[in-house]
Parts: sequence; C-alpha cells; structure tokens
Amino acid sequence: MYPPELKYTKDHEWVRLDGERGEVGVTDYAQKQLGDVVFLELPEVGATLTQGQSFGTIESVKAVSELYAPVSGEVVEVNGALKDKPELVNEAPHTSWMLRVKLSKPDEVNGLLDSAQYDEVVR
Amino acid sequence: MAQVEPAAVKHTPLHDRHVGLGARMVPFAGWNMPVEYSGIVDEHMAVRTRAGLFDVSHMGEIEVAGRDAATALQRITSNDVEKLTVGQAHYSGLLTPDGTFVDDLLVYRLAPDHFLMVVNASNAVKDYRWISDHLKGLGDVVAVDNGARYALIALQGPAAREILQPLTGVPLAEMKYYWFAAGEIAGARGTISRTGYTGEDGFEMFVPPQMAGRVWDALMEAGRSVDLRPAGLGARDTLRLESAMRLYGNDIDDTTTAIEAGLEWIVAWSKGEFLGRDALVRQKEQGASRRLVGFEMVDRAIGRNGYPVLVDGVQAGTVTSGTQTPFLKKAIGMAYVPAETPKDAPIEIDVRGRRAKARLVPMPFYKRPRS
Repeated sequence: MYPPELKYTKDHEWVRLDGERGEVGVTDYAQKQLGDVVFLELPEVGATLTQGQSFGTIESVKAVSELYAPVSGEVVEVNGALKDKPELVNEAPHTSWMLRVKLSKPDEVNGLLDSAQYDEVVR
Repeated sequence: MAQVEPAAVKHTPLHDRHVGLGARMVPFAGWNMPVEYSGIVDEHMAVRTRAGLFDVSHMGEIEVAGRDAATALQRITSNDVEKLTVGQAHYSGLLTPDGTFVDDLLVYRLAPDHFLMVVNASNAVKDYRWISDHLKGLGDVVAVDNGARYALIALQGPAAREILQPLTGVPLAEMKYYWFAAGEIAGARGTISRTGYTGEDGFEMFVPPQMAGRVWDALMEAGRSVDLRPAGLGARDTLRLESAMRLYGNDIDDTTTAIEAGLEWIVAWSKGEFLGRDALVRQKEQGASRRLVGFEMVDRAIGRNGYPVLVDGVQAGTVTSGTQTPFLKKAIGMAYVPAETPKDAPIEIDVRGRRAKARLVPMPFYKRPRS
C-alpha cells in the first residue's frame, strides 16, 4: 500500500525524487496517527533543510507534531493549497506534497527506506 | 528501589465492539478506550447535526446510602442535594477545605436516602477514598464503589430521542434535562438520564455490564437511518470544549477553586456548612486573583494546554484547554488570566515560541439551538 516510487523515513515522512529535486510529505500511517489535520507550519521558499532536522509542524485537532526533513536541500516551492485545505493530508497523504526541495546531498537518499522496509516499520 | 507494578489496563464491556469498528484505542486513566473511529471531525459533526454513540463505561460510579446520606452529602459536595427530587441529578463539586477540586461530578438522587455519584475515571479511586474518609462521623451513611456494576453508554445529538424511544418504554419526551428514570433499554434493565458532556441534547444509559453489548448493538442499529456514528474520547473532548464544560486535570484541579473556575453556580452558599465553604467565602470577600476565561485565536494557530498567555505583552496566565473546533471552525480555548483582565484586553498565546494573537470571548462558545 506504500507507493514503491517513494522513499521513506522512520519518522513517517516520504520524498518523491525527480533527479536532484524531490517532493516531501507525510505517510498514510502518519496521518492516521495524527487524525484530522488542521494546520501546517512550513518553511518559506529559500529555506535550507537538513536531513533529520525539524522543518515545521503539523497540527491535528488533538496534537502537534514536528516534521523532519527526509533530505537536505533548499526549499524551492511550498504547497499553498495545504494552507487552506490541510485536510488534503488526510485524504491523499502520498500525493499531498508539502515542499519541493532542491537536494544538496543527493547521496542521502541511499539511507532512506523503500516501501517494503517502511511497511515493516509501521506494521 | 521498590518496583511499582503497573496496574493492568482495564477493558470496558464494549471493548470488542470498538476494535471491531476499527477504533484507534488508547490508554486513558487506566482504561483502554476508543479515541476515534471515523475521525474526530466527522464524529463531532455527527453529534452536532445527528447523533453519536459513546462508551463512557470508564467513568466511576460511587453510591452513597443511609438514613443520613442527604445531610452527609450536603457536607462533602458543593451543590445543594436537598434541592434534588428523587429522579433528578445535578452537577457538583467535591471540594478540598481550600475550595479547590478533588473532582467534579454528577449527583443522582435514586431514593430519598440513596445517591449515585458519577465521577471522572482518573479520580475514581481517589474520590472513593476521599468520600469514605469524609463520611466518617456524619452518621448512618456508607459509600460503595460500584463502578464495576455499571456500563455507561451516551447517545448524544439532536436525533438522540428518536433513536432511543423505540427501544424503551420510558417516555423520553417528558424527561426534562438533568432528570432520569429506571426502565428497560432494548430488553436490558437500566437507568436513562437526560444528561451528557457534549452540549447537545441526549441521554446517558446505565446498564449492567453483561447487557452493554446488546444495548450498544440495538442503538447502532436503530441509529442507522440517521447515520449515527460511534464517537470516541477525541470528539468528546472537542464537543465538551465548544460547550465550555470543564475538564478535570486541565481546567480544574486541586489547585483551582470553584470561584476561579467560574463554577460558583454549583456552590450552594446558603445551605450551611460544607467542605471548602470557609475558603470560598474568604476568596469571594477578598476577590479571586485569577479567573478562567474563554478565548478564540485571531492568528492561525491553536493555543493548547500549558501554553503561556500574554496580556499586554506580559506573561500573565496559562491555557488549560484548546483545540480547533470542527463545528464552529475556529481555534478556541480556556485559560486562567488575572481577574482584572479587561474583556477587550489584547491577548497573545505563546505557541511554541511564536506569539499568536487571540481575543477573549464569552463562554460557552457553542449553544445548541432550543427546539
């Protein structure tokens, strides 16, 4: 059920790679744990992400959680649609990207989980 | 070092139903409870517009009986039990000598000398000890912890009556808010009370644990035509907050008084001596230094439990409860602020290091339309 074209972290983020660029979001498992998402706090275009470091927060009706960068790089686009419709994260977690990032250390992705490995983590 | 054995997590008689319905289960006050089924927003909206079904069997039930039960309860609870007719219930406080809360509770008058107290699950053991200790010397009266003898099911929402009525001979239209009656529900002997913790019309049903599954199934089936939803602790919290009902452990506890919490209406000043009265009288004379207020966020953020509140840019209080409400579609909450804070004071909430604007608003945030 976890799309094979994505790479995953143990913190329940995913990255969809396209050359040296990638889209970043959270997994279906994450949205289920969070429940109804009501706010996202995301960095602005030009911000720098460091793999494993917090880049923002995701807030549901019941709790706030940190978002951790699956890759290092520079934010080149923020998904504005999620500001008005954060519930898209619940409805379509694997296509509701939050950031588009220009990777600064493309080799990092080798340390990420593939869908089968991630499935083991959340099983 | 002594090992503290963790107590076994308890299951309500409806545990298998919740798992079968795909609920997300969480530990809560020693119980394994459903926090959500279809989602907090969906369940919350169901209760506001149709109906939701809650298993609240984790709540504690303590019965107090004996010739002197009424006079004893006058001494250990804050509201006036002599105003209760048999068949009537009220909200009350179990107060310390300082006027702070041991717990908040509902008191039901089952018979002239027999009362049922419904208490928070997290406080049930403490309350039973407190009540037993404080009944000593008050005459012919005894407290019994009867939590295990009751399952408690809450059916809440505007469609509650039409769902429940076909399953019981108790005439529900005649039952007033905060009254109750004994009767059968789907063939089970129980008690139906027109009470709840959602701010919506509805009923709470006390039934024997072995009958809980049968009653739950009958209600789920009867509610099918109006799209009744099973609802968990998550929606219970957002619903009660919209209605500004206090939550023990957040908005009230043993450091906050009934006056500070805005619950003076459950303090029966004129009934005579009771636990906490002297301290409350003194606080009323001198004026409380803080009060519980309602706020709504102006900036896009949620002020949550424990977040600092700034008045005129200076830290002056703390949020006790806060959420994004599904029905009102706003971020609201309650907070303690200095009593002298003007209604139109510029308020900010420190949301994880960022100052977000808010304003004080009257409570309750939501009031159901009167039919």
